[in-house]
Amino acid sequence: MIPLQQVLVLSALLFSLGVYGVLARRNAVLIIMSVELMLNAVNINFIAFAVYLAPNKVVGLVFAIFVIVVAAAEAGLALAIILRVYRNERTANVDEVDLLKW
Amino acid sequence: MSGVGPVSAFYVLAVLSIGSALMVMAARSIIHAVLFLVLFFVSLAAMFVLLSADFVAVAQLLVYAGAIGVLVVFAILLTPSREQRGMETKFVGPGLLAGAVVAGTVIFIAFNTNWPTASNDFPSTVDAIGQALLNRWALPFEIASVLLIAAMIGAIVIVGGRGVDLDPGAAGPSARLVRRER
Repeated sequence: MIPLQQVLVLSALLFSLGVYGVLARRNAVLIIMSVELMLNAVNINFIAFAVYLAPNKVVGLVFAIFVIVVAAAEAGLALAIILRVYRNERTANVDEVDLLKW
Repeated sequence: MSGVGPVSAFYVLAVLSIGSALMVMAARSIIHAVLFLVLFFVSLAAMFVLLSADFVAVAQLLVYAGAIGVLVVFAILLTPSREQRGMETKFVGPGLLAGAVVAGTVIFIAFNTNWPTASNDFPSTVDAIGQALLNRWALPFEIASVLLIAAMIGAIVIVGGRGVDLDPGAAGPSARLVRRER
């Protein structure tokens, strides 16, 4: 049986890759993709804890499903905002969009 | 989830998911990054099956690999970037540092916590998830539907509106808000 620690290490590595992507990528779409990657890493943790620690309660799985729902809503809204910013600014690079910086 | 088969499958899927996530971060072309992202989603769905969470795996395939993959591809096609200069901001160093700190902290916690392990005979999850969603978690379940409706309407309003039309004569950065396409 796979130790729980190895699953947690996998999700930690994926989450830190997402952190790097959010901080370092320029394109807003790539940043959204990195956020999705982080949410997926969190989902691995929820499912691993649900399966390893409390197999008779499905709370972890229900939380993972809610994370998927919220992630879908977040992705739709974020990409809509990126489209709108692109139409107004002709760019999707986050370091060129400084409308709120006076 | 014991025996040689599942354990080796875990390592194969772990290498596949970490490799595709690395390629998402390292890809020079955005469309390649999206393809690696879909590969990442599919490998995570297989990982969920391996962790005996079948319903979540199917939801992952439908929502992430299907819907969000297509959504991101549309967003990329509608926001073409012309300039070919670097894909990274000046925060590459801090980004690497923050990622390393997060990974180190979580891995340290994972290995230094005494996890109470339970038996691993997981029941069929679809039945249990349905019972849980409609009994104990009925209110969050309904709120999620309201959230999805709000997000859908919000996305339609943001994208399909007539555009921001501030005063064209205004000086300063807000002048750039004037709608350019007619």
